[in-house]
Amino acid sequence: MNTEILGVILMFAATVALAIPLGRYIGKVFQYERTWLDPLFNPLDKLFFKLSGIDPSRDMSWKAHLVALLTINGSWFVLSMLVLTNMSWLPLNPDGNPSMSPDLAFNTSISFVCNTNLQHYSGETGISYLGQLILMLWQFVSAGTGIAIAAVLFMAMKEKTAPKLGNFYSFFVRSCTRILFPIAVVVASILAFNGTPMTWEGKGTQETLEGETVEVSTGPVAAFTAIKHLGTNGGGYFGTNSAHPFENPNYLTNITEMVTQMIIPIALIFAMGYVINRPRLSKMIFGVMTLGFLLLAVSTVMFEMNGNPKITQMGIAQDMGSMEGKEVRFGAAASGYWSIATTVISTGSVNAMHDSFTPLSNMNQLLGMMINAFYGGVGVGMLNFYVFIILAVFISGLMVGRTPEFLGKKIGAQEMKIAMIVALLHPFLILVGTAIAASSPDATASISNPGFHGFGQMLYEFTSSSANNGSGMEGLGDNTLFWNISTGIVMLLGRFLPIIGPIAIAGILANKKYIPEGNGTLKTDTTTFGMMVFAVIALIAALAFFPALTLGPLAEYFSLY
Amino acid sequence: MKNNILPAIRLTLVCLVFFCGIYTAIIWGVAQVSSGGGKGQTITQDGKTYYSNLGQNFTSDQYFWSRPSAASYNSAGSSGSNKGPTNPDYLAEVQARIDTFLVHNPEIDLAQIPSDLVTASGSGLDPHISVQAALVQVKRIAKKRNLSETDLTNLIQNHTESPLLGFAGTEKINVLQLNLALDQLQ
Repeated sequence: MNTEILGVILMFAATVALAIPLGRYIGKVFQYERTWLDPLFNPLDKLFFKLSGIDPSRDMSWKAHLVALLTINGSWFVLSMLVLTNMSWLPLNPDGNPSMSPDLAFNTSISFVCNTNLQHYSGETGISYLGQLILMLWQFVSAGTGIAIAAVLFMAMKEKTAPKLGNFYSFFVRSCTRILFPIAVVVASILAFNGTPMTWEGKGTQETLEGETVEVSTGPVAAFTAIKHLGTNGGGYFGTNSAHPFENPNYLTNITEMVTQMIIPIALIFAMGYVINRPRLSKMIFGVMTLGFLLLAVSTVMFEMNGNPKITQMGIAQDMGSMEGKEVRFGAAASGYWSIATTVISTGSVNAMHDSFTPLSNMNQLLGMMINAFYGGVGVGMLNFYVFIILAVFISGLMVGRTPEFLGKKIGAQEMKIAMIVALLHPFLILVGTAIAASSPDATASISNPGFHGFGQMLYEFTSSSANNGSGMEGLGDNTLFWNISTGIVMLLGRFLPIIGPIAIAGILANKKYIPEGNGTLKTDTTTFGMMVFAVIALIAALAFFPALTLGPLAEYFSLY
Repeated sequence: MKNNILPAIRLTLVCLVFFCGIYTAIIWGVAQVSSGGGKGQTITQDGKTYYSNLGQNFTSDQYFWSRPSAASYNSAGSSGSNKGPTNPDYLAEVQARIDTFLVHNPEIDLAQIPSDLVTASGSGLDPHISVQAALVQVKRIAKKRNLSETDLTNLIQNHTESPLLGFAGTEKINVLQLNLALDQLQ
């Protein structure tokens, strides 16, 4: 069999094999059960709480959780703005890079605090080492926020009566220190040993074999790249992200980074089953997500391996597949696979340039972000999927004439309203944003590819922002006032409303009376119900997004032949 | 809200110290014992040191060419072309690369040229080419350097990096290492 395809299979198998035990570990962390890392982390967490003046044992209501979450996220935004607009004179700037303009700092701060990592600057020239470090901090804590809020969701799903939803700060610190930190250390070490730089010195220079002198950007790349993937953040240290030979030096690091970015989103599915003691529900969710992921990934690998017909017409054999924007050390298959992994989960890091993918691959990448719940970002993927489950319960309840219930709680009108608002918000932000951009000459001036592909660039930018993904068709000249402000607002709404909504639903349901399962209960952990959820997802995506996809990647596809 | 502001700020500062300070210090410490000491892996030949992971511009006829680059192999400004697959400017550029290659390698048929030699990489710093991309340059270099084609083919074979563990990923050649060895051959 083709070694490129075997490599992709290896990546997926390794991911699932590692995610299942990690899920059990995360479940234990959420439940305050003993783990083998306790001797190290119990004193560390105690120190965190002592220094911050927080009592981690105080139980919070779902509203108190959200207030705590929003407050601390707000403080991150303020600190981020301060650093990014003053980098030029602050320490750790050996390359003498400039401060960011206010609108670019606004965009970048929201982007990293919201776990999006959309980047309208280039790492080599647009930011100092201090700026990189502060962004790396947001990569840790925004991922910690996502995992913590997923823990709150699980707690709300679990309790039969009188819910105790735990303490937000406690979940947050535990997520950061016990889950993110140890894995990041391992991954960063693997990267450092494979040639990823980790230094505080500024640019180096080298004389090439042909006698040219070139400068070489470097920095604390290994530490940054590990958490960039682990937290499904995706912001590149360098402009070209994980296509850069320093950020992703070889096929082994490519596998490492790929496994790293998918492992927590998949593990959280199994952590949920552990916490609420319903492993069958976990299996149903894993099955639906994996089906969706594989449909997109397998077809994209195929499209990329088939190459660009326009270049075939020039007489060039496409045995290697479509190679524009791709690296030889990864090849077309691993690049195609990465492009889907990074878009279904909300990483948004790239190891090949999405602008140069073939049109149907672009469509799949967009679909991954439009659905945003096939695994999804750390924590928030589970929240998004929860909304789809609520919708599926309601619709199938109507179809078979049963009262909609999920995990022993009746779903009422209020919860349905919230679920509908959250489900419709995402298409609203993407489509309205793209429509405004398409009708504004300021915005369309940024397009770099003509025709249908140019429309696709704008659609991609808003989809990526709303999905908190952060990848881009990077030809779009997006460091302008319009793109910085508009995508900044979309990222903000696309982050926090889909957190508030599901937590509100789960919180309200947790307070309702528990109804034991009976003959009349619709079972939600079966294959049949899984297919129902899949159908609901497909229906919403198809109805909302196919008209826009037709104008962009689909039209471009038909113009290829 | 008020009760949350002070703890939020204090917790943020604790995280700042831990993740920006202690975490990076640990990774920096680990990197010190790796090859290259955290400054990127290098190779030295004839007193000159090169970054082995970074691609270089090779355009003269006596060396194996590297892939086209949208960044001109500027390691302080990585970049892909970001050109779409139907962009007419892009397709014209590819055609121009094909024509240039055929002018410099007149014995090669169009159908023998692999696609990586006429397309730009994602980073603009791709250190590798495919095996076929090296093989189609053998005739040109043999003539230019008065070497036998067999010697060059052997050199390519010796520098071919097999897929990871023999079964995962692509076969490839590091252009810099191949060219350094080529210089040694004479």
